[in-house]
Amino acid sequence: MPSKVEKWKDEVYGNEIREHLLEFAEQGWESIPEDEHDAWFERFKWWGLYHQRSGQESYFMMRIGTPNGVIKPGQLEVIGEVAKEYATGPADNPEFGDAYCDWTTRQSIQLHWIKLEDIPEIFEKLESVGLTTQQACGDSWRNIVGCPVAGKDKHEHIDAWPVAEELHETFKGNDDYANLPRKWKVAVTGCDEGCGQGDINDLAFEPAEKDGELGFNVRVGGGLSRKEARLARDIDVWVPPEQAADVAAGMSALFNEYGDRDDRFNARIKFLMDEWGPEKMRQVLQDEFVDFELETAGEDMRDQYTYNSGGNEGHDDHVGVHEQDDGNYYVGLNVLVGRMGADDTLELADIAEEYGSGEVRLTQRQNVIIMDVPEENLEDLKNEPLLEDYSPEPSPFMRGSIACTGTEYCSLSIVETKNRQVRYARWLKDNVELPADHEDFHIHLSGCTASCAQPQIADVSLRGMKTRKDGEPVEALDIGLGGGLGEDPRFADWVEMRVPADEVPGAIENLVNNFKDRREDGETFRDFVEARDEDTLADLVEPEETDYHDPYMHNTKMTWYPYAEDDDMQSSPAPTNGAGEPLPSDD
Amino acid sequence: MTTDVHQLDDGAWISVNDSREVNVSDLWLLARSDFCECETTDFLAEGFVKVGVDHPNIEARIAGQCIACGESGVTDWLIVGRVVDPDAGDFYGVVHESVHFPEKRTRLARPGE
Repeated sequence: MPSKVEKWKDEVYGNEIREHLLEFAEQGWESIPEDEHDAWFERFKWWGLYHQRSGQESYFMMRIGTPNGVIKPGQLEVIGEVAKEYATGPADNPEFGDAYCDWTTRQSIQLHWIKLEDIPEIFEKLESVGLTTQQACGDSWRNIVGCPVAGKDKHEHIDAWPVAEELHETFKGNDDYANLPRKWKVAVTGCDEGCGQGDINDLAFEPAEKDGELGFNVRVGGGLSRKEARLARDIDVWVPPEQAADVAAGMSALFNEYGDRDDRFNARIKFLMDEWGPEKMRQVLQDEFVDFELETAGEDMRDQYTYNSGGNEGHDDHVGVHEQDDGNYYVGLNVLVGRMGADDTLELADIAEEYGSGEVRLTQRQNVIIMDVPEENLEDLKNEPLLEDYSPEPSPFMRGSIACTGTEYCSLSIVETKNRQVRYARWLKDNVELPADHEDFHIHLSGCTASCAQPQIADVSLRGMKTRKDGEPVEALDIGLGGGLGEDPRFADWVEMRVPADEVPGAIENLVNNFKDRREDGETFRDFVEARDEDTLADLVEPEETDYHDPYMHNTKMTWYPYAEDDDMQSSPAPTNGAGEPLPSDD
Repeated sequence: MTTDVHQLDDGAWISVNDSREVNVSDLWLLARSDFCECETTDFLAEGFVKVGVDHPNIEARIAGQCIACGESGVTDWLIVGRVVDPDAGDFYGVVHESVHFPEKRTRLARPGE
């Protein structure tokens, strides 16, 4: 029997949600019938709006999808202005202030504390510069990801940007693909470093050569969520760039037809891949969903992949100054846990305009890149005060940090994440020294098993948990080691479970010191982990208290906002009206 | 009025009559359960897998793990609250910190049947 969400989707879904959304916005929060809240909030996701967690009713997270992370000249300024004007809630964040943008692991942008009543104005501003929230969440084609410097990269064999753009234009707002059984995540990469992260997407196009022609091999069924991590599997198909959209249409139509609409937990295509295997997947695609003969796979470039391969080679996270293929440079800046204040975002827009072309790109490691900087502008750019906070030459612990949204706003998260990872990174920077040959050391903190921070592909993986300390429940983390991508991607081994959150920095310090003491000459951290079994690794992770202080050990989910002075759920001002004033409660 | 119950947002919470009532991330004490070997299971709720109504009880099967021994899995049916008067629709949640007894929904185990 189709799930309740499917029933709601049958009634209203896709583009048509917009007119209802705008009507509700016009009439205010209270105009949404109380017995239709769940249905409408589920539908609003399709237009990039996610109702915030318990205690924050009437406020929304808004996601703006920027394909391949490309923010065109003129767009960043509008994003910063929207954040400053509309993404301000009833309480400040102690690390980030009152308005900020989150750059996400899928090269998108998230704003919080958005009020329903402001949405028409926000849409108007975003759309005036070609930005949209359409399909940023919900059961459809999500933001397309890829190498963040596509089209301008010296390592690129095929310009993947026009392909990503074509997919975006073909499948955004397209009623035939608007209502899929579940989310549909696609990666397109044309470079030989593997930075599109295709292995963890539902559908991946990766560069490959066939009979002297460059195109893409196709992989299907990757994903990290719900303790069911899967790597995308090779379905033995090569496609030239001009047919990529046809194969993508066929694959998403296949998913539409055969994906599980009865059980949302079993709906992603990775589970269909489990059931069918790659040979049947290819056969069904060929027989039912494309009208041309599929080519067999070409010769890929996976043996050259350096991105997140643990080898500390290549441009990896794109932070730093790198030459483009046109002789200009791109300058990747580290944004700790991907969160940037609205004023800083506006400053970044100015700097990108002044020293580069005005184009900025988002990476899948929550960082930003200023594009098209002529060589003669590099020194002045590097002297800009903003780059003191968002450095092109950060500590490995700062550049390697990724964190999801966490209990600050998210219903699913078990623990606080962003502010905690900021504190971890600062403490590790001050107290722990990595070997000099380890510039990249990835620590990903995800608040739950949904894995939005992609913990399974980090050197040190942290996942939200609870434990008891001195009898009292406290926020804790599971610790995994040795995950990464590259030619032979591998997921982290979970070696130490339920570590109280205030003992995690000490555990990482001990782990790094043990690694330095025991490694062979030149051995990478990833190889070091791969060469040892889980028990041995667990012995190298010795959780302990240090002078690190964690202010979020209590159950942050039980608060209306973890950093509010009076954080008690009953003190929440939500729901509020369009002016942010509390509305009377039914109780 | 019938009682409308479902889990939403990847099992993050249970909605009862379009109101968010039970969230993940709380600890539940489970007794007489075969979830793990512990005498009482100190159970962290990570996701609501199934929800149902057995009037007046609202029940759920919850994915999670025992934070004492680390065993993970899905519980049998647990009462998470009650809607005593379906016409009024008010939900009364149980206190998750107190001791709960997950039940298999098998009539055979009940006395007198």
